Amino acid sequence: MFDALTDKFNSLFRSLSGRGRITEANISDAMREVRKALLDADVSYQVAETFCKDVTKAAMGAEVINSLHPGQMMVKVVSDELTKLMGPVDSTIYYVSPGPTVILLAGLQGGGKTTTAGKLAKYIQAQGKRPLLVADDLQRPAAVQQLQVLGEQVGVDVYTEETKDPVRVAKGALKHAKKNGHDVVILDTAGRLHIDEEMMAEIERVAKAVTPHQIYLVCDAMMGQDAVNSAKAFNERLELDGIILTKLDGDARGGAALSVKAVTGKPIKFVGMGEKLDKLEAFHPDRMASRILGMGDVVTLVEKAQEHFEAEEAEKLQKKMAQGTFGFDDFLKQMSAVKKMGGVKDMLKMLPGMGAQVEDVDFDGKEMRQMEAMVYSMSLKERKDPDLIDASRRRRIAAGAGVQPNDVSGLVKTFKRSRDMMKSLSGGRFGGIRGLLSGGFNIDAMSQAMTSGKKIKQRSKRKKVARRKVGRKRR
Amino acid sequence: MGFFSKTTQYLKDRLDKTRTKIADSLGTVLSLGRKIDGTLLDELEETLIRDDIGVETTDKLMTDLRRAYKKKEIVVSEDVIPFLREHIKAYWPQQDRSLRTAASGPTVILVAGVNGTGKTTSIAKLAYTLSQNQRKVIVAACDTFRAAAVDQLTIWAERLGVDIVKHASGSDPAAVAYDACEAALSRRADYLILDTAGRLHTQTDLMRELSKIHNVIQKKIPGAPHEVLLVLDATTGQNAIIQAKLFMEAINVSGIFLAKLDGTARGGIVIAIKDQLDIPVKFVGLGEKPEDIAEFDPEIFVDALLS
Repeated sequence: MFDALTDKFNSLFRSLSGRGRITEANISDAMREVRKALLDADVSYQVAETFCKDVTKAAMGAEVINSLHPGQMMVKVVSDELTKLMGPVDSTIYYVSPGPTVILLAGLQGGGKTTTAGKLAKYIQAQGKRPLLVADDLQRPAAVQQLQVLGEQVGVDVYTEETKDPVRVAKGALKHAKKNGHDVVILDTAGRLHIDEEMMAEIERVAKAVTPHQIYLVCDAMMGQDAVNSAKAFNERLELDGIILTKLDGDARGGAALSVKAVTGKPIKFVGMGEKLDKLEAFHPDRMASRILGMGDVVTLVEKAQEHFEAEEAEKLQKKMAQGTFGFDDFLKQMSAVKKMGGVKDMLKMLPGMGAQVEDVDFDGKEMRQMEAMVYSMSLKERKDPDLIDASRRRRIAAGAGVQPNDVSGLVKTFKRSRDMMKSLSGGRFGGIRGLLSGGFNIDAMSQAMTSGKKIKQRSKRKKVARRKVGRKRR
Repeated sequence: MGFFSKTTQYLKDRLDKTRTKIADSLGTVLSLGRKIDGTLLDELEETLIRDDIGVETTDKLMTDLRRAYKKKEIVVSEDVIPFLREHIKAYWPQQDRSLRTAASGPTVILVAGVNGTGKTTSIAKLAYTLSQNQRKVIVAACDTFRAAAVDQLTIWAERLGVDIVKHASGSDPAAVAYDACEAALSRRADYLILDTAGRLHTQTDLMRELSKIHNVIQKKIPGAPHEVLLVLDATTGQNAIIQAKLFMEAINVSGIFLAKLDGTARGGIVIAIKDQLDIPVKFVGLGEKPEDIAEFDPEIFVDALLS
């Protein structure tokens, strides 16, 4: 849902990766990008500014975990801050006893109040309550009928009255609910502009008449900069208890989610994820933040990496890389560490922007197994010193692994080139897991180089990519 | 045509609210006699972004502004607004913003958009203006999906005294379109306006359904639909651009109906849409009443925004 924002963040982290650690200098470039991304996503100007300041502060103070790349740390920092801004979690509907609990839905025209009322009724009904829907939108033609149809669909009573006075309807509904044993009353009101004094006064009167226990603002997730203005105005007039964000199943970057929460301070209770009446979901700021970053779950990845990739082990490997003594058995060790983490594919999927691309590449499957088989078919000596592998050894290895000799030479060539490059780069910056985690690699080049030596001739063109890929190969 | 041209003054009046607001914010930025410096340009940039003009288009405007400043075309802050006004206007070269019509037979107008932008209300406004000008209008309720959408259009049709073609809720919208075209031909209507269900542009199956409606119309009446209007909510942010793009791909949008411009939303998205998609904005909606419609006039619009 936050695809576009995600792309921006990914490019930001790509630019961060490859640099040693988070400093004020590299963060300011990055933050400019973040700010632009947020504005592109319709986050209100003020909220975007505040967010960037907070993130900068948090990032500067963050401890850079050894085995991880600063880019990944930044991801964590940004995702934490996003979560903080959109939280805290509170999707509880507070029922009062004795009932009925009165819930008022308010908002601009076309935000999705009526549909949301239907969804909310279904949701509340599933909690074992007996809600009553109240058709209090007497403005829009057929709004009453719409609610009646929805009520029928979810099997909830709908209260209507032939009048032009919404206060009267609200009062009548409350009486009706008490008499008929409804424990929740959901008022669907007319859409109104927050600057329409007459209509705002009217909804105030409705609220005064029935003193709702919960007042929710229904807000379109596609809203632009103006979202803050209307949210603020509604909050001032009605004292909102929460926000319901609608139409989040589209590709709106959803800046409204960030800004509305920030200006009202009220929790986002639910999100509308489709037109069907069961498409009302509790709001999860943490998940939303992950979605914003498109990372599935980098935080989990970070934790996993810490767990399975011992810092010492990493250091040893890095030393070997620097000395150029990194052999095929070290490579196997890294492979198995990666496997412990849940396989390459799962892991890559956790990386920003990788989800879709990874689907087409069979990492855990044939290619990977083939590589493994080739390494296992080598003698220990050969694994340590790939230079030993001549044509006859190559044939033997190929026969052992069930591949063609040129597959073996491809692997060896790529490996050697990688090792040399790694040596010259040394410093360990591209080492092992770090290299793997650096955001900016090219999956195609990676898989090509992994499978065979076919692509090696093109390496001058692919210098950059190859260099990055190297680190990964070394597991 | 000119049915809508009398609305020019109306547009001016209705936009007063928005105008005051923007003039205010620009006014603060451009307090009298202030020198043009980096800070001022930054503040100006902020103002444009707050108007929903979008980062990309704002960047473009700012680049031009900075260039003009370097060339000493603008010197003091008082020059900035006239410069921007001329500049944004230049984005809208004179082009046909009036309603397209059929050479003979009924003019078919297909109306589409995402959920809740105000399609049905906008159709009522068009139908109202056209029938006020003694044109025979038929509306078609192709939104068979949303609960009571058919009822909503029916109520409008009754209020405005125009014919309506409708099927039961849940029926095939393309079939409604087919019948509506037949009705428009046999009843010799001047205008046929088709309402469609709101759909998010990301729902590919629903977008295909829309293409199907479009094709049915095209087959039934050659050359139709003559006008394909996309209704955009003025409060929508940058997502409006993607919406326009995808609807353009599905049904070849010929114009935009910018609804809900009577709020505090600045409508700056219109500038971005023109800049990036070159779809003319044809009408603006300024309220909930059928007469709350105006022909889009870039001159007035930009002046209203910046004066």
